[in-house]
This record gives sequence, C-alpha cells and structure tokens, in this order.
Amino acid sequence: RGLLRRSVSHSFLSFASTTGACRAIQKLTRVRVVDNSALGNTSYHRPPKCIHVYNKTGVGKVGDTILLAIKGEKKKALIVGHKMPGPNMTPRFDSNNVVLIEDNGNPIGTRIKTPIPYILRQREGEFSKVLAIARNFV
Amino acid sequence: CRISSDGKPATFQPPPKPVIIDKQKQGEERRFLSPEFIPPRGRTDPLKFYIERKDMIQRRKVFNIPEFYVGSILAVTTANPYASEKASRFVGICIQRGGKGLGATFVLRNVIEDQGVEICYELYSPRIQAIEVLKLEKRLDDNLMYLRDALPEYSTFDVNMKPVSHLEHEEIPVNKLQVRMKPKPWSKRWERPKYNIKGIKFELPEEKMKEAQKWSKPWLEFDMLREYDTSKIEEKIWKEVNEELKK
Repeated sequence: RGLLRRSVSHSFLSFASTTGACRAIQKLTRVRVVDNSALGNTSYHRPPKCIHVYNKTGVGKVGDTILLAIKGEKKKALIVGHKMPGPNMTPRFDSNNVVLIEDNGNPIGTRIKTPIPYILRQREGEFSKVLAIARNFV
Repeated sequence: CRISSDGKPATFQPPPKPVIIDKQKQGEERRFLSPEFIPPRGRTDPLKFYIERKDMIQRRKVFNIPEFYVGSILAVTTANPYASEKASRFVGICIQRGGKGLGATFVLRNVIEDQGVEICYELYSPRIQAIEVLKLEKRLDDNLMYLRDALPEYSTFDVNMKPVSHLEHEEIPVNKLQVRMKPKPWSKRWERPKYNIKGIKFELPEEKMKEAQKWSKPWLEFDMLREYDTSKIEEKIWKEVNEELKK
C-alpha cells in the first residue's frame, strides 16, 4: 500500500519490439460502416471495432473479410478502403471503410454512397452483390 | 480596274502584308523543367540519369505530360480493366510531387461524397491515357499534405469542372490561400518550423506557437554541406531535353 509501482526493465525484455502504427485494418481498429444498414447507422456508445481478420496475417487490406463487434453483436464485414497507402494507382481513403455482410456474402444494406475502389471488381464472383449496390467507383 | 495617272492600266500591286507583332512571344519565354529530370545529389554515375532521361523524353514524345505544380487541379484518365469503358477519370488537387526519373509520382486529392480520396499516380506509367490541367496555379508550399487535416471544403473540387484557360506567357498565379484546420490532433504537428508551412491560418494560442518555435533549427539554412545548387545542371538538362523534343 502506498508503494509506487516502478516499471522494471529486465535485460531479457530488452529485445521486445513495438510495431509501428499499422494503418491497415487489424484487431481492435475502429472502422466506419459505409452502407445504409440500420446496424451500421444507429449510434451506440462504442464505435464498431474489428475483432478478427480472416487472413493468414492479421492485417486486413481492401477485399478482406473481418469480424466486427457492433452494438454488442458480432457481424462479418468487407473492407472497402483503408488509410494505409497501397500500390500506386490505387486510392487511399481518409477513413477505414467497411461494408456489413452476411456469412454467405450478401450485404445487409441496400446502398453504398461512398466511393469503392475498382480493384474489388477483380473478384467479381465473391463480391458481385456488394458491387451491385455500390454507386460510385474510384 | 483603276487607271493610274499615266493613263495606262496599273499592274496589280498586292497590299502590303500586315506585320503582326506578337507581343506575347516578345516577352521572355518561361522555362519550366519538370522536377523529376533533376538528378538527386549523390555519387551515382551520370550515365544512369542520361539513359533514364532518354527514356523519359521518348515517353514524352508519344504522350504529352503538361506542366503543372503542387496546388494545380488535374484530371487523369487511366486505363483500368475493371472500369466501365475500360478507362477511369479522377479529378483532384496535386498535393505532392515525388520521385526522380521514370518513377516520378504525383498525388491527387479530392473529397467525393464526404470521403477524402488520394491517389498516387506514376507520371510515366503506360496506364495513364490523358493528363489534363484544369487549373494551373501554385500555392504557398511545396507539399500540401496538411490538407488532410484541413476542413474538407478546401479539398473538394467539382469532378465536372471546366478547364480554366491559362495564357502562355503569363506568370503562373500563386494562390495565397490560408487554409483553416480541423481541431487538433493532426496527423503531423504542422505548426512546427520543420515543415515551414505558410499556407495555414493557425488559430492556435500564442503560447502554443511559441512552444513550437522551440524545435526550430536556425543553423540549418547556413549549413554549407546541405547546399545543392541545381542551376547549372538545370541549364544543361533543359538544353538537352529541348533539343531531343524538337527532333
């Protein structure tokens, strides 16, 4: 009691490295839902956060599926844009954008106003329904 | 036909040709050398830059890369296999020009449907089909990355805006716009003297501005080892590039 906790750096901890800011989407990133679904647009006291990335690496880029925690529920989502700069000629967005999706790939919302990168068209088979509700492409 | 005073019919004398004094061309021709031609300071063989310049000139003969600066509004059409009509057009303000040689890039920024989008294009990429300069102007800074932390109205540009005409001989207009920022925190501490930004209207209290000046390095401008005088190199490269382009 009353003793201050001092952070002791032992020699065996000196190799511990800290990763820099990832800026793509990984666990615990707050994302922005861009479709017009009720789940994405109603306000809640906690922002929607990513809890799992369906990827070999835990880092999600455009076109990856993630698990989102929204309003106390778990929902799958598709990443449609992130703050991390990608390959040249691809757009970089000012916010991490995500579209809510069901397990079979059907989007929950009916319209997507924000621009979607053209690269998603490459996997037309998996994302055909999401691309169908998208309005603008970049 | 008129009869001259001698009484004989006068031979047709064509009227004297009007002498057009093109006042526009009389003024000194503005020289603009794209910044990616200037080789960076280093110990690489100049042969490498010469070969790269040849390739750059070859590309410029086939495809016109107009003169533009950081702060001008451009419209770029790129070939895209996944776009309708196989071509996609993006309009935006150039916030940064980087890279030297064939890898030169420029970043265009625009805000579409309340979403800020930035695309980094390679100047010499064969995928680019057209670059149009919609508005040619300069800003107070070389790097407009602070537009990410500025109010979105300063980065919104109409996708269907008409190109603003710019006369050949006139000086490039400098837009002395002072941009208003969103509340802090910003992605970088733009008030610090390291970035030397003139184009922001800082509405921070005096103590914060004074505290930012603590990080100033006034000795840097007198550092002789950092000097890189490019005037002579530019002259040589300008002559070389112009001769090649005229062929």
